[in-house]
Amino acid sequence: MIINEALSKSWSRVGTRATFGLVMLDLAEKVDRLMVVSADVSTSAGLDRFKNAYPEKYLDVGIAEQNMMGIAAGLASEGYSVFTTSFAPFQTMRCCEQIRVNLGYMGSKVCMVGLASGLVSGILGNTHCCFEDIGVLRSIPGITIITPADCAEVAKAVCAAQRHPGPLYVRLTGSTRTPIVYADDYGFEIGKAISLREGADVAIIASGMMVHESIVASDLLDKSGISAAVVDMHTVKPLDIETLRGLLSKKLIVTVEEHSVMGGLGSAVAEFLSRLADRPPLKIIGVPDEFVEVAEYRELLERYGLTGEAIADAVSDAMRGLY
Amino acid sequence: MEADAQRKKLIRDIEDMAARMRKSALDMAFSARGSASHIGAGMSIIDVLAVLYGGVMKLDKGDPIWAGRDRFILSKGHGVLGYYAALAEIGYLSKDDLDTFERSGTFLAGHPVMNRERGIEFTNGSLGMGLSLGVGVALALKKRGGANKVYVLVGDGECNEGAVWEAAMSAAQFKLDNLVAIADCNAFQLGGRNEDIMSVGDMAEKARSFGWNAVTVDGHDAERLYESLTASYENGKPLMIAAKTIKGKGFSMFESDNRWHHAMLSKSQYDSLAEELRSRQP
Repeated sequence: MIINEALSKSWSRVGTRATFGLVMLDLAEKVDRLMVVSADVSTSAGLDRFKNAYPEKYLDVGIAEQNMMGIAAGLASEGYSVFTTSFAPFQTMRCCEQIRVNLGYMGSKVCMVGLASGLVSGILGNTHCCFEDIGVLRSIPGITIITPADCAEVAKAVCAAQRHPGPLYVRLTGSTRTPIVYADDYGFEIGKAISLREGADVAIIASGMMVHESIVASDLLDKSGISAAVVDMHTVKPLDIETLRGLLSKKLIVTVEEHSVMGGLGSAVAEFLSRLADRPPLKIIGVPDEFVEVAEYRELLERYGLTGEAIADAVSDAMRGLY
Repeated sequence: MEADAQRKKLIRDIEDMAARMRKSALDMAFSARGSASHIGAGMSIIDVLAVLYGGVMKLDKGDPIWAGRDRFILSKGHGVLGYYAALAEIGYLSKDDLDTFERSGTFLAGHPVMNRERGIEFTNGSLGMGLSLGVGVALALKKRGGANKVYVLVGDGECNEGAVWEAAMSAAQFKLDNLVAIADCNAFQLGGRNEDIMSVGDMAEKARSFGWNAVTVDGHDAERLYESLTASYENGKPLMIAAKTIKGKGFSMFESDNRWHHAMLSKSQYDSLAEELRSRQP
C-alpha cells in the first residue's frame, strides 16, 4: 500500500483502529483467501464496513477469544490468511495458551491485532489497559511482534503481516487524532528498524506512539545541546540487532515504550546489550511495575514520563549520570 | 442381502483392526519403558478410532495430505497410543516409527505434534483446544464447498475446560453439519472419577441443549458406532456422539483402574497382557 500525505492525514484523524479496518477493506479486495475473525469487536476495530462489504470474509465468534484463536488456526491450516482481533488484553492474555500452542507451536499463519493497547483506555480501569502484551508474547517462540508508530505504519504493518508466513501480533496504540510520523511513502520491512533522526550523543529507541514523543524529545534536546538519534523499532521481535550494533558508539541508549518496563522493548534491548562487554548505559522508559491509576490517556502518559518533554528531561538527567 | 454381508464383513474387519491396534498400543507403551505413557485413555478410544479410520473417514492411504480427505483432530492429545496405532494401520506410520514412541528425538511424542506427511493433522496436548480447531477447519471446508467432514475426539474430563463449550456454541451458531465430535466418555480424569472431581453430566443432553444433534452409544461396539457415524441427522447441526467407554479397555488389568492413567509397564506385566490379548483372539 502506497502512503501519501492525504491518506496519512485522514487515517491520523480516525486513529489506528479505524485505520486497521480501512486497510483490511483494501486487502479484502486483493486477497482471495482472507478471513477476519473478531470477538464481537467489529465496530471497535473499524470493521463494520468490512463485514458489510465482505461478509464471506468476516466471522464473528462472539465474546470468546480462546475459541477465536482455535478457529483462526483451523482456518489457517486450510490455507487461509487469517486476522483476529479484540481489545489487546483479551486478544493476548485471555487466550494466551491457544496462542502458544495453535499459533506459536504450530506456526499458523494468523495475525493478531490488539486494539487499544497501552494506556489509552486508562479511564476504563486496568482491565482494559494493556502494558503486558509484548512481555507475555515475546517469550513464546516464533511470534513476530510489531508496534506501529502511527496510522501509516499500521497500514504498512498489516499489509506486511498478510504476506508473512507465520504468526504475528500487531499492537495498536493511541487514540484518534494520532500524531503523524510518516506523511509520505517509505520502505517497511518486518524486523528492520527505521532511523528517523541522526544524533551523535544519545540513541532513543522507541515503539508505537512513543516514536512521535521521542522525536519531540530529540528536538527539545537539540536546543539544549544534546544530539539525540531516534529509531522506530516497530518490530520488537525479532529485534533488529544490526541497527542496534550501529548505536553502540553513543554515550547512552534510551528505550521508550507504552508498555511495562518489564518484558517489552527495553527488556529486549537490555537482553542484547547484556551480551556485550563494552556498551553504553541503557535507560528504560515505560510503565512501572504497577497497575495504573484511573485517568485520561494524556494524563497517564504525563504521569509515567511518556511525553516528549519528560523523555527529554529523563535523557538530560541520564546524560549527567542521574538515573 | 449382499449389502448386509458386506456390512458384516466391514464390522468384522474393523474389530480385527481394533485388536491389532491394541497390540500396537501395548507394544508402544512397553517400548517406552523409560517413560510412562497414557495407557488408560489410549485404550478407551481404540474402537472409536478403528471405526473412523477403518470404515468411516475418507482417506487416501498413499497420500496423507490428499485434499479430499476427512480431517481428524485428537483433542484429547494424550490418547496417542490409540492414534498412532490407527495411523500405522493406514500405513502413514511404520512399525519402526512406533518403536520410537516417547524416545529422545522421536516425532511420536507423548502428545501429537503436527506432521501432515505422516497423518498427524494437528498439534494437541493442552486440553480443550481441539474442538475450536475443528470449527475453523469445518468452516474452511464448507467455504470450499466439498463434502468433507471433520471429526474431533474429545475426552469427558477434557470437557471441564470452558473453551470446549465456546467451540460447541459456535459450531451450532455456524450450522456446521460437517463437524462431528466424539466424546470418549470413560468416566475418569487424571485425578479420579469425573463424578468425584468435575462431572459433565449427560454429554448428549448437554450437546443437544447447545443446538447439536446428539446420540449416546456404546463406544466399544463397532457396529453401533458405525451406524451412529453414518446415519442421517437433522440438517444444519453439528453431531455429538457420546461414546460410553471403559478406560483401559481390552486389558483386565487396566480397565477402569485409574492407576493406569499414565504409567510404565514392566516386562512381566507386558508378557501377561500380550498373552491376555492372544487368548481373546478367535
